[in-house]
Amino acid sequence: MPLENVKKIMLVLSGKGGVGKSSITTQLALTLSLQGHSVGVLDIDLTGPSIPRFFGIEEQKVRQAPGGWIPVPVHDKQSLPARGSTSTSSSQHNGDAATNPPTEVGSLSCMSLGFILANRSDAVIWRGPKKTAMVRQFLTDVLWPPLDYLLIDTPPGTSDEHISLLETLLKSTSGPAAPPNQLAGAVVVTTPQAISISDVKKELNFCKKTGIRVLGVVENMAGFVCPNCSECTYVFSKGGGQVMAEEFGVPFLGSVPIDPAFVVLVEEGVRPVYPEGTVVAGKTAATVEKLDGEASKEGLLVDKYRDCSLAPLFDGIVANVVEGISKSG
Amino acid sequence: MAPLMEEPTQVDLDAPLKSAPKLVAPEPEHCPGPESTQAGVADSCAGCPNQKICASAPKGPDPDIPLITDRLSSVRHKILVLSGKGGVGKSTFSTLLSFAFASNPSLTIGLMDTDICGPSIPKMFGVEDETIHVSGEGWEPVWVQDNLGVMSVQFMLPNRDDAVIWRGAKKNGLIKKFLSEVRWGDTDLLVVDTPPGTSDEHLSVNSFLKTSGVDGAVLVCTPQEVALLDVRKEIDFCRKAKIPILGLVENMSGFVCPGCRYESQIFRASTGGGRKLAEDEGIPFLGSVPLDPRIGQACDYGESFLDAFPESPACAAIKRVVRRVGQEMGIKGDILGEDGS
Repeated sequence: MPLENVKKIMLVLSGKGGVGKSSITTQLALTLSLQGHSVGVLDIDLTGPSIPRFFGIEEQKVRQAPGGWIPVPVHDKQSLPARGSTSTSSSQHNGDAATNPPTEVGSLSCMSLGFILANRSDAVIWRGPKKTAMVRQFLTDVLWPPLDYLLIDTPPGTSDEHISLLETLLKSTSGPAAPPNQLAGAVVVTTPQAISISDVKKELNFCKKTGIRVLGVVENMAGFVCPNCSECTYVFSKGGGQVMAEEFGVPFLGSVPIDPAFVVLVEEGVRPVYPEGTVVAGKTAATVEKLDGEASKEGLLVDKYRDCSLAPLFDGIVANVVEGISKSG
Repeated sequence: MAPLMEEPTQVDLDAPLKSAPKLVAPEPEHCPGPESTQAGVADSCAGCPNQKICASAPKGPDPDIPLITDRLSSVRHKILVLSGKGGVGKSTFSTLLSFAFASNPSLTIGLMDTDICGPSIPKMFGVEDETIHVSGEGWEPVWVQDNLGVMSVQFMLPNRDDAVIWRGAKKNGLIKKFLSEVRWGDTDLLVVDTPPGTSDEHLSVNSFLKTSGVDGAVLVCTPQEVALLDVRKEIDFCRKAKIPILGLVENMSGFVCPGCRYESQIFRASTGGGRKLAEDEGIPFLGSVPLDPRIGQACDYGESFLDAFPESPACAAIKRVVRRVGQEMGIKGDILGEDGS
């Protein structure tokens, strides 16, 4: 049973589509890796897999080994130079480099149906039983390396994929071979507007019914900071996530604003750069010198992500989640 | 079990439907579908506990299909709103499309929400707490306006926040009911809102509506490649299922800061956005709708954005798109029943 290698399994759920489940999964994975944990990401969104795109590994294919699939590696365990000391750093950064030790990052690998399709625009037109079989296969036939955390990204809704996922997981994690409390729980993602909240409430009720612990609610797309005038606009309203978390008595992990630089990082691989004085979630974003052309695209995704304004925010969210998990044993 | 590397078989979209037999065991992985003509006789059926049941079930077409066709014979046009990606604004667009059509008093509009696990339509119309009335003639849709009726699974839930934890087969059953039991009556346009993806709901809607004829599908996307990737899959689905594509709408394109009027591309079109995708795929581009926070607010409060902010640029953009949809469907004259522009 390949999941024996995995210490903790975390689900990322949302009743609503397009709220940023995959985006949040990506950032949770990168942050866990930055904190030194080894991480795996399993994408069970079969008809719309986004994880390969988010990690910039769309061209990769899954390799087959005796007994199963080998997940696609994003990066290996390694140490990254301290922030600011990369590439063209000027003298002003040298002081920081001496005080900041290099960051030890854990390994990161992914599995998604996107790696198996012959053509990226092919539609996967499957009815339920076929999806169920695929989800089961993803849980039983992927040869994960030893992992501290396995994040499972899900499609929107509460249907075939979710039922199959939980059936299989609950069975395997209650087995004698599984590490204790292997299925840590679920992070539920929402956006602030009422339409999204009403669907996500259904997902929380789903967790209640199936006995999955809710590790917390993340409110995504809360506010957009205009890059021209630094004014924050609540594009999709605000505060809904917190109210919902209180209503259901689950932890509220935080609000994540829209950061176009993160979208550009994912879409084009450009290291995030912010104009002087940009304040995101109460913190002033670090200003790194703007690099031209290809130089801005150099480096590992996890390295570039450290310059993203959302990185400190996720550092806090992940610390919260990890603490919550460790408290329960 | 050594996993297979090649892409497994997909559903046969052209297979004629027959009624599904009662099964004794869950459908296995390579099941051709209990409704298909291959049921019980395909190679993959060997050893399945359902084989006998499937093989001995009556082979004729699904008796409910003529029922659906008969029910929908009084519905003149049917449009699907599709997108491979979630949260791009399918339901918002379906809502705006219905409100816009319904602003023409000479039309009667129906809107069917086939998103069973995450129904948003009732909230967007402010009719969340309504229930369905059943009369001798069938289920009555919930009427939002005199000429705008809505049907959704939300109307059937005892509690507003109940999760609908259903597998595909059960969802298909409900969609069939929506088409065969609901008294749509004399309706000019039926808009069908769908969940994200290319799975049970989409296949069912397609096969149930095949004989009554669908005018086509409107695809909704947002500008960034992560979303376009999934919309490409939906275009592939439409082609395979032979659903005509009326065109592509790009939603959330550009956000004008209310403070300084500076336009930012929140979801940057790094690969050319919807327009480029439509060109590449050779489908009509119906237009872009800017990201206006007031659209979201109007949906949250269940009112018509078009009535609340008729002067806004987003409203003008939406009306342009709706007119294009009307044109693509081959409806003569202004679908909105307004003069000029």
